[in-house]
Amino acid sequence: MIDVNREGEVWVFAEQHNGQLEDTSIELMSKARHLADTLGVKLAAVVLGDGVKDLATRLAHCGADKVYVAEHPLLEAYQTNSYAKVMYDLIHKHEPQIVLYGATIAGRDLAPRIASASKSGLTADCTDLQIGDHTTVKDKKVHKNLLFQIRPAFGGNIVATIINHDRWPQMATVREGVMMMPEPDGSRKGEIIEEKVQLAQHDLPLEILQEHKRAKKVDLKAARIIVAGGAGVGSKDNFRLVWDLANCLGGAPAATRAAVDLGFIDHDHQVGQTGTTVRPSLYIAVGVSGAIQHQAGMSQSQKIVAINNDPDAPIFSFAHYKILGDLNEVVPMMIKSIREKS
Amino acid sequence: MAYNCVVLIKQVPDTKRITGDVMNDDGTVKRSALPAIFNPEDLNALELALQIKEKFGGHITVITMGLPAASAVLRDSLFRGADEAILLTDRRCAASDTLATSYILSCAVKRIDYDIVLCGRQAIDGDTAQVGPQLAEKLGVTQITYVEELTDLDGKTITARRNIGNGWQQVKATLPVLLTVVGEANEPRVAAAKKMMKYKNACTPFEVQQRIKAENSDAVEAEIKELVANRCSKLEESGSLIKQLDLDDVEADLNWCGQSGSPTKVHRIQSVVLAAKGSKQIEPSKEAISDMIHELIDDKIIA
Repeated sequence: MIDVNREGEVWVFAEQHNGQLEDTSIELMSKARHLADTLGVKLAAVVLGDGVKDLATRLAHCGADKVYVAEHPLLEAYQTNSYAKVMYDLIHKHEPQIVLYGATIAGRDLAPRIASASKSGLTADCTDLQIGDHTTVKDKKVHKNLLFQIRPAFGGNIVATIINHDRWPQMATVREGVMMMPEPDGSRKGEIIEEKVQLAQHDLPLEILQEHKRAKKVDLKAARIIVAGGAGVGSKDNFRLVWDLANCLGGAPAATRAAVDLGFIDHDHQVGQTGTTVRPSLYIAVGVSGAIQHQAGMSQSQKIVAINNDPDAPIFSFAHYKILGDLNEVVPMMIKSIREKS
Repeated sequence: MAYNCVVLIKQVPDTKRITGDVMNDDGTVKRSALPAIFNPEDLNALELALQIKEKFGGHITVITMGLPAASAVLRDSLFRGADEAILLTDRRCAASDTLATSYILSCAVKRIDYDIVLCGRQAIDGDTAQVGPQLAEKLGVTQITYVEELTDLDGKTITARRNIGNGWQQVKATLPVLLTVVGEANEPRVAAAKKMMKYKNACTPFEVQQRIKAENSDAVEAEIKELVANRCSKLEESGSLIKQLDLDDVEADLNWCGQSGSPTKVHRIQSVVLAAKGSKQIEPSKEAISDMIHELIDDKIIA
């Protein structure tokens, strides 16, 4: 743990694999830039790896004032212990007030290990971050300019704002896809600081024998239009309606967890708390009830069209266009209407 | 070669069953109004331990930290095949965040001779997935998160397959290790009738005391104490006593427990209320739908 330190920087752990920065780390840069500006401190990105110095330029374009680069042959592939050790040392050397990680597979593996070692707080899977004041109940003391770590809790039924006022750094992992990608500014320059890394083979207790990564079947995060089907679609055959509507709009087909569990479509297409978080211009929900877990992944869509035959479906409480009717009639009408217009 | 496994489990409110009825007016959830269940991925962790025991032999200790009522998930573990169950319960554990929880659990686990510690990836009431890695750090052991398959155990090392979202990774590490197990790893077995018979009386000293008090409402305290001690030792002989520990028993430093051991605090809780601005009802007719599509094109929502 480090002392409460108002001059401390805001840090983003810039996760990279094989020299490719994770989208979530880039998404975090825009929010972190805002936090740093509010606090009047510098924003730094921290990148660990081997031969990753080139990534510093892009991180500067995305808002970093400083980029700490820690390179070592033993950092080539991500491993919990080696990465945690290097991050821990850097945090204790530079004493940032805030450290943010993407809530990726690696981020959720790494951040708690660091938090435990540094005995500092960590909030998982935040969907928003803000700066604000907190008054402690016991002594009525006001703690100014803390990091508000905002996250859904209890299966998405409540939103909790978590703070950490005494044991710093304030750390959080942030859910993928919830922050806006920054607009890179090619003229921005950042200070690059190369950090010396001391690592030995015993810092890598894992032997990675084999790795198999497959491309996702669909890139929902990049889709401007998404057509999602729920359990109400009824069958895998009938899910063809969702595909057809998506196709004629140049959109991506998606689904609720219930539809995925029923085998209507592959998990890659799942939107929601345990799937992908999306924010398209248009989200058409076909036979989707709108359970809170699904809302968590799509409520930030610009326009939501809901088609459902149940007037009490929760989706109708937040859809922009509500169509109460049989999806088997409504969807073909929509397809026809779109084809006529384009 | 046999392996000693410690499985950490949690009793959680069934968050999938939340409806308006269980929400307080201030947006918080009435935990007591929800059924308490065995955290789903902890069942996968227990199942993996049971499979290790079946294949290689060994001993399975199940630990939970929680209220006295959490003994229910320990009994359930015994019914499914665990050998020993420990309830870690203490009022001073209240308000522990993940850091304090992992510290308290580490104090209990350190007292046990183990090769493999298993946890579910995350609990459905918090979904943080932090306690596993934090506990591994406190124990100073290698963590393997998101385990979906145990490939090999050869006495000194473990090989496991991790689910890394868009693929998998096969890793090898020297024991002892801590695994966090995902739901895809296996299909948890149900309780065995034989075990249910064997452990039908399994309970904690706290439960023994409550029963004795109920059965002997006019007995004085000394008598109750003796009756409890007798019943507990009988249960222990038959292997049906669920061990109950408090923070003193596990020699925890109270500074790192409960509220004082928890760096994160709740600033505010809000209930989720979503409402669309300017929502419209569209008739399921050709004309109305055509108008809606037209509007979406005009608004440049559809290109």
